[in-house]
Amino acid sequence: MRYIRPLSIEDAVGQLAGSAGTAAILAGGSDLLVRMKGGFGEPELIVDIKAIDGLSEIRETAEGFSIGAAVPCAVLGENTDLKKAWPGVVEAAKLIGSKQVQGRCTIVGNLCNASPAADSVPALVAAGAKAVVVGPAGRRTIPVQSVPTAPGKTSLAKGEIIEAILLDKREPRSGDAYLRFIPRTEMDIAVVSAGVNLTLDEHGVVKSARVALGAVAATVLLVEEAAEVLIGSRLDEATLERLAKVCAGACRPIDDKRGTIEFRRKVAGVLAQRAATSAYARAGGK
Amino acid sequence: MAGIAVSTTINGDAVEYLCQPDETLLDVLRDRLGLTGAKEGCGTGDCGACSIILDDRLVCSCLVLGAEAEGRRVETIEGMAHGDTLHPLQQKFLEHAALQCGICTPGFLIAAKDLLAKNPDPTEEEIRFGLAGNLCRCTGYDKIVRAVQDAAIVMKGA
Amino acid sequence: MNFDPRFSGRKFTSVGTRPIRPDGIDKVTGRARYGADFNMAGQLVGRVLRSPHAHARIVKIDTSKAEKLAGVKAVITAADLPDLTDGDAAMYDVLDNCMARTKALYDGHAVAAVAAIDARTARQALKLIEIEYELLPHVTDVDEAAKHTAPLINDAIFTEGLEEKPVKPSNVTKRSQFGHGDVHQGFGQADFIVERSFKTEQTHQGYIEPHACVANFSSDGTADLWVCTQGHFVYRQHCAQLLGMEASKLRVTSSEIGGGFGGKTHVWAEPVALALSRKAGRPVKLVMTRDEVFRASGPTSATSIDVKIGARKDGTITAAEATLRYSCGPYAGSWAEIGAMTAFACYKLDNVKTVGYEVLVNRPKTAAYRAPSAPMAAFAVESAVDELAKKIGMDPVDFRIKNAAQEGTRSSYGPVYGPIGIGPTLEAVKSHPHMKAPLGKNQGRGMACGFWFNFGGQTCTDLNIGMDGSVSLAVGTVDVGGSRASLSLVAAEELGIDYSQVKAIVADTSSLGYNDMTDGSRGTFSSSMATISAARNAIKILRERAAQMWDIAVDDVVWEKGHAIARGEKHGNLGKLSLKEIAVESGKTGGPIAGHSELVADGAGVSFATHICDIEVDPDTGATRVIRYTVVQDAGKAVHPTYVEGQYQGGAAQGIGWALNEEYIYGKDGRLQNAGFLDYRIPVCSDLPMIDTQILEIPNPNHPYGVRGVGETSIVPPLAAIANAVSNAAGVRMTHIPMSPPRILAAIEAEREWSK
Repeated sequence: MRYIRPLSIEDAVGQLAGSAGTAAILAGGSDLLVRMKGGFGEPELIVDIKAIDGLSEIRETAEGFSIGAAVPCAVLGENTDLKKAWPGVVEAAKLIGSKQVQGRCTIVGNLCNASPAADSVPALVAAGAKAVVVGPAGRRTIPVQSVPTAPGKTSLAKGEIIEAILLDKREPRSGDAYLRFIPRTEMDIAVVSAGVNLTLDEHGVVKSARVALGAVAATVLLVEEAAEVLIGSRLDEATLERLAKVCAGACRPIDDKRGTIEFRRKVAGVLAQRAATSAYARAGGK
Repeated sequence: MAGIAVSTTINGDAVEYLCQPDETLLDVLRDRLGLTGAKEGCGTGDCGACSIILDDRLVCSCLVLGAEAEGRRVETIEGMAHGDTLHPLQQKFLEHAALQCGICTPGFLIAAKDLLAKNPDPTEEEIRFGLAGNLCRCTGYDKIVRAVQDAAIVMKGA
Repeated sequence: MNFDPRFSGRKFTSVGTRPIRPDGIDKVTGRARYGADFNMAGQLVGRVLRSPHAHARIVKIDTSKAEKLAGVKAVITAADLPDLTDGDAAMYDVLDNCMARTKALYDGHAVAAVAAIDARTARQALKLIEIEYELLPHVTDVDEAAKHTAPLINDAIFTEGLEEKPVKPSNVTKRSQFGHGDVHQGFGQADFIVERSFKTEQTHQGYIEPHACVANFSSDGTADLWVCTQGHFVYRQHCAQLLGMEASKLRVTSSEIGGGFGGKTHVWAEPVALALSRKAGRPVKLVMTRDEVFRASGPTSATSIDVKIGARKDGTITAAEATLRYSCGPYAGSWAEIGAMTAFACYKLDNVKTVGYEVLVNRPKTAAYRAPSAPMAAFAVESAVDELAKKIGMDPVDFRIKNAAQEGTRSSYGPVYGPIGIGPTLEAVKSHPHMKAPLGKNQGRGMACGFWFNFGGQTCTDLNIGMDGSVSLAVGTVDVGGSRASLSLVAAEELGIDYSQVKAIVADTSSLGYNDMTDGSRGTFSSSMATISAARNAIKILRERAAQMWDIAVDDVVWEKGHAIARGEKHGNLGKLSLKEIAVESGKTGGPIAGHSELVADGAGVSFATHICDIEVDPDTGATRVIRYTVVQDAGKAVHPTYVEGQYQGGAAQGIGWALNEEYIYGKDGRLQNAGFLDYRIPVCSDLPMIDTQILEIPNPNHPYGVRGVGETSIVPPLAAIANAVSNAAGVRMTHIPMSPPRILAAIEAEREWSK
């Protein structure tokens, strides 16, 4: 096993692409080290990306925000502009693990770990976030939901690294929210989760919407039918009831140690309602 | 596997060590440097018994590689007291009997120190959520929360 | 020397105060040494290979490749731990549990072990051990295992305790029965009857410190063992027996212990570490991972319990009956028997019958967990009692007060009670402000009672007085939560000196006579009794020395407030001699002054508690929140009240975790799915409110200071108290512990369906 700490993204890509055996990217390490400890894979090469210039920064640009791959989630919560623009994304990122884990974990790591229960992913999908991928063939930008393809699997090719996550500049009267269900108050993996992102027109009617559900299928679900339910509404009771029904129907959950199929279906609907209500209020809806 | 040479600062002292690429900082502290105050309760970041402060961030040292400490500042429980003067948190933990078996205590003290550094006047709820990454199986947390509340008062007055 | 253990009312000076514990500074500075904090020169790393199968015959083990790996110094299997148990069936089970002999009986069962120069080499060596298994059908559920059709775990076991010896082997190892009167007749007199079945899932003690030890076996046949344990003398006995050593050749030193709760009363890794060290000829350190702790060490029983209780309209219980099935893991135990004894212990009953069945399953060997077996029985009984009170239309507290056991009551398990605290805890709860506090929407209040026997047992203590007048107290009961502070207070009290002059330590097995474990809430009860006895013996010598210094008869010297006083007018001008003044002269008056005590602490007073809690239930998700919690418990006499409160709070918190979320989850393959703190969900800080405590002191007549054990009773009522609160909040009776959100939501939905 080798540990390297490249100073440039090109060097990192080159090392990853050129490695003969299994290679792992180390940012926060909160998934990688747990996997190593559990004996689930012992990479031959560990590429620590934290020394790479710019990867530990959140940049605000004309288009929005660019969050570097090595930015710990705790730092997201300390960025007031980001928190104001994308409160749902930030609250999702801030739910990963404990304070201790917050000091290390990253949203890119959360995304690339490809767990269907990842907390930040439904919020990022609802937000329409994009991932900047750098690889031997150059740079490309893809929607975050196309990164995880199955539990533990991503669409990234050998040598590819996600450099940053991009979030759009906010239109006026927009709001997002993320909620998850866990049995305790902290420290659990989501049993089911929902991210909702809304933009309202000047009358408080939902103009555009994205609804994403976590831990109810092999990957995070973007439920377009649920968005359609919300668009054109002021989130009246009948809309919320339909939203719950559509979300419950869209789920393809499993029974496991964390919850049952019935529970996940029912609670996916409940959380979608509550997240939509919160996003609506954040967008200024009454 | 070749050892990696690491130069770092631990509790204010310059320290150098060799470690393996897969060795955690917790293992380095305990097995190579004899700093056994940080405990391994789980090795997966779920119990907080190995909490340390790395460049002003609270982390689980079981989820940090020893190699990652290069050029950084590490604070452990062994550096919390000044000589024979206990940190107010240490003193309040004793006075409130905020420990029974004591295995989680170093982790709690480090986490509480980080909490009060960032929020000198926390509510009970903020203390409870701030310390949720540290498991205690003996106390039911009641006396720990009270000790932190009391220490916050002392530290504000200082 | 004669020692009178009877309670004598006295005014206390030290006992009842709240000083800082003597081991405190080490614990807040990281200097205290726990199991894994000790190292020896030349030490190897030990690791254990565990069965991934729930039930399998071990056909062949090939360790040759592992042995050839550079850096491997020893590989052992069951062959290196030959059976020396000489027909002792219980010890044979311990041996088989340490290292599987012919069959792997659960996921996590040890099958081989290695010692190597570092952890990486040891891990690699485990991968090189080749084992051929023949898979056998398994059973992990207690009710399934009790069926005649279940796969047999041990075909040499025939149910004991039946009238006729059964012809077929069974997973039910024993039937036990308790009670008196005629329940059939009693139910005939009842106006109301509640009959229900309950289940509780298996939980783990969840101590934060994994099992850890360092073993050093010398070629002369002696050995040292450093280990985190609740009872180093018992560990010495067991390890010596399993390794064929004389007990005195094995010195066991107990490290600081990072939680035990009953789970560190059994040897698992220690005989293995000793065998590895013996084979390698070097010290071996063996530390379990958290995964191993869950898969292979100490869970409590999973249970299935049927309860039937009848009462008259006036609220008098006429009959009570329970059938209790407890899982034991793959080895025989007496867990259901204890449950059957405790089930109705809170009540005065003319007609009562309980029957316990011990059931083998393919899960880790059941170990004690804080008042073992009592919380599950209390959950079932106190749930039914609540429901019965509701049926009758009585307040649940009043109903319990009406039926509470009293001094002179014949308990449901046999003995007649002396002065007891069930009535007083109920009266205290009745007048507690918590009971009158308003409840919000979706909130419910519950209360429940609990009982625990408390143990005494063999105890040995040394009290040595230094020439400067300071006192060292060496005890043999491991300090699991502040007992060195309590015992120092007791020594100070008896000698009449200041707490700061006493330093208590836990002595190793070669420095002190045999002591039973710190279990059964016996640590402070029995070691304080031995400390009082040792102090009284020392006082006798102090008086003799003072008499010698004064040259008067010893009968004329009394001991008061830390001083020898010459009694009688003829000695009027002699003044008094302090303990220090006598100690300073001890070299000239006959040598060192010490008090020794060895005794069997009898008469541990039974203990009762009543808890109140408020729970909020989210009817849309089944999520729960503990809003408020109050513990009322009899301590007999609280020696160090802060640590007594700590025991009450800690037990309640463990009970809350058990009631709401903690459980072992097995897959169909018989493998444990949640062997970690992430998915075995013990309460975190933000899950709990402050836990209020009220200490009652009803003196134990069999202890000089009235002390009763306090450690365990606090975990008995929470399962039931929370179940009653959740049932009141959700409007549906919860009968399956833990009441996890999916279970609560399913119950609420089923109720909604039913009432449509």
